[in-house]
Amino acid sequence: MPEFTITIQHEAGLHARPLSAFVKKASQFEADIEVSNVTNGKGPSNGKSPLKLLLLAAQQGHEVKVSAEGQQAEEALAALKSLIENDFEE
Amino acid sequence: MQTYQGLAASSGIAIGPLWVYKPIVVEVHHHSIEEVDNEIQRLQNALDQAKVQLEKLQTKAAETIGDEEAAIFEAHQMFLVDPEFLDTIHNIIKNEKINAEAAAQEGVEVYAQQLEMLDDEYFRARAQDVRDVGRRILYCLAGIDTEKANIQPDQPVIILAEDLTPSDTVQFEKDNVLGLCTVRGGPTSHTAILARSMGIPAVVNLDADLEAQQDGVEAILDGRVGELVIAPDAGALEDAKKVQVSLRNKHEEDLSSAHEQAVTLDGHAVEVVANIGSLADTEQALHYGAEGVGLFRTEFLYLSRDRMPSEDEQVNEYRPIFEKFPGMPVVVRTFDIGGDKDVPYIGFKDEANPFLGWRAIRMIDEFDDVLRVQFRALLRAGVDTDLRIMVPMVSRLTEVENARQLLVEAQEGLKKEGVSFAENVQFGIMIEVPSAVLIAEHVAPLIDFFSIGTNDLTQYTMAVDRTNERVAEIASPFHPSILRLISMTIEAAHEHGKWVGLCGEFAGNPLAVPLLLGLGLDEFSMSAISIPEIKTLLRKFSLEETREIAASCLKLPKATAVRGYLETINAQKEKTT
Repeated sequence: MPEFTITIQHEAGLHARPLSAFVKKASQFEADIEVSNVTNGKGPSNGKSPLKLLLLAAQQGHEVKVSAEGQQAEEALAALKSLIENDFEE
Repeated sequence: MQTYQGLAASSGIAIGPLWVYKPIVVEVHHHSIEEVDNEIQRLQNALDQAKVQLEKLQTKAAETIGDEEAAIFEAHQMFLVDPEFLDTIHNIIKNEKINAEAAAQEGVEVYAQQLEMLDDEYFRARAQDVRDVGRRILYCLAGIDTEKANIQPDQPVIILAEDLTPSDTVQFEKDNVLGLCTVRGGPTSHTAILARSMGIPAVVNLDADLEAQQDGVEAILDGRVGELVIAPDAGALEDAKKVQVSLRNKHEEDLSSAHEQAVTLDGHAVEVVANIGSLADTEQALHYGAEGVGLFRTEFLYLSRDRMPSEDEQVNEYRPIFEKFPGMPVVVRTFDIGGDKDVPYIGFKDEANPFLGWRAIRMIDEFDDVLRVQFRALLRAGVDTDLRIMVPMVSRLTEVENARQLLVEAQEGLKKEGVSFAENVQFGIMIEVPSAVLIAEHVAPLIDFFSIGTNDLTQYTMAVDRTNERVAEIASPFHPSILRLISMTIEAAHEHGKWVGLCGEFAGNPLAVPLLLGLGLDEFSMSAISIPEIKTLLRKFSLEETREIAASCLKLPKATAVRGYLETINAQKEKTT
């Protein structure tokens, strides 16, 4: 399953605006998306579920692993990676 | 008169009638059902209705409070279509064959309780959001229209509640809310955040019995000390009114003169600048009257990536920030990163004590590229800026020599390439490690300025991890040892004709103002919001008198004694001006 690991740089962590942006982006793709918090060992969580993602408690500086499976897995990962790299700005 | 104690969540004083907020309680009855599809449809109708309500609230919040708060309601709408949340409720309906109300309540609790178990307070507080959405769903299922029910105060009041959800708060007419206090909630709850953005006082975690309170009774809410006084006597009321008026006048006065220089009574101009960490901070800095930047933290550039930011990328990040401060000094701190942060491309190893480990300037031997690229990028971006560059975490002279050498090489390189750059750049170091102070006379000839980072200097001098609550109290910058280190730093610099700034929280602390001024500090750098108050205070002293104050402070044996003495000084100033 393709995946990438990245550090959350946004000061809010995966919460509030970054969380909304992530779920919106993830929901656009035909793919099952999973997110785990590598730093605290929580997850994996459904990347399209804001509530499950909140339970990862991913704060600024935490490392998260995002993986995808399905028809648009590669595109979804590329889009999510660039979203996080751009500090969740769309 | 009765006084209740809570936690201060938003500063200021409110005086007015108390109003106890009692939300409509929907009692949920469990009953078994036969038609699963029918219940799921009922649930869906309620969710659709809730979505329409939340869209309206989002618009209202954006208009009356701000985009930040409106985003809360956007998040609530996302919960309504959360696939896992819906699955949970649907499964409860299917498996337990119970009504939508009972299933929704159970589903909400599944998530709320898991959130409450998280370590981080910020995430834990989101349990309140889930329950807020849950309550809305129950209202919709019960056919209760919260907007029509309109539970509102009809005059300006101090609102007392068990807890306030964002939906509750935004429903109130803004003009009728003098202050907010809740029995539950911490300093990061929505109540606290909303109150601060609305500029009204708030107290949370209040030790009060709601049932015992009556609407309409006069009350004082003191958001500075976290107190609610019910039915105050005439004396208390008069005092509160005085404080309220003076606070209001003071804030307006401070702000109205924030854009003028802070000149002491004897005509000595003091530079007051801001600490920033991103482009977003620049607007606030200028609004509150910053005369430049005393600390620009650059870590944001490094933390967001999986590879080193290139020279060009960095130039593009720095330039728009520098452009906001034409003709003003901008002090940039080079990267201050260590093993506590995860930066894969730098190759940190796990360290038992990252704050005593391989961090910041200490990488220079093994990893000089990081600094070389950053120097070049800063010099290029700062071509039209009064640029000053400083390196953090210096503990030995060798580090200063090496960093300076790299900077000189960067300048020569750019010159050779014919690239324009900041030729008049100043070079300085952060004073955070006691050893750097003790060799300051050797360092001073190599630099243009020192900038004292009091948070780290205190931590390293007192041997206290300042994130450890049990020992945090020991880490007081008022401790005589810290005062002496600051004094030694300034003396060493001035002997060599160099200037000294201070960019820790200490510079924005009103108590420290006469002390630091008297010790000869040249530049005060702080969070933007503190600038108006500190400028006003600086104008009340003469440099001459603060020299005596500082000399007296240096003779005191304990942090508490220094604080106590400075409290008296500021109280006297308050009286005479």
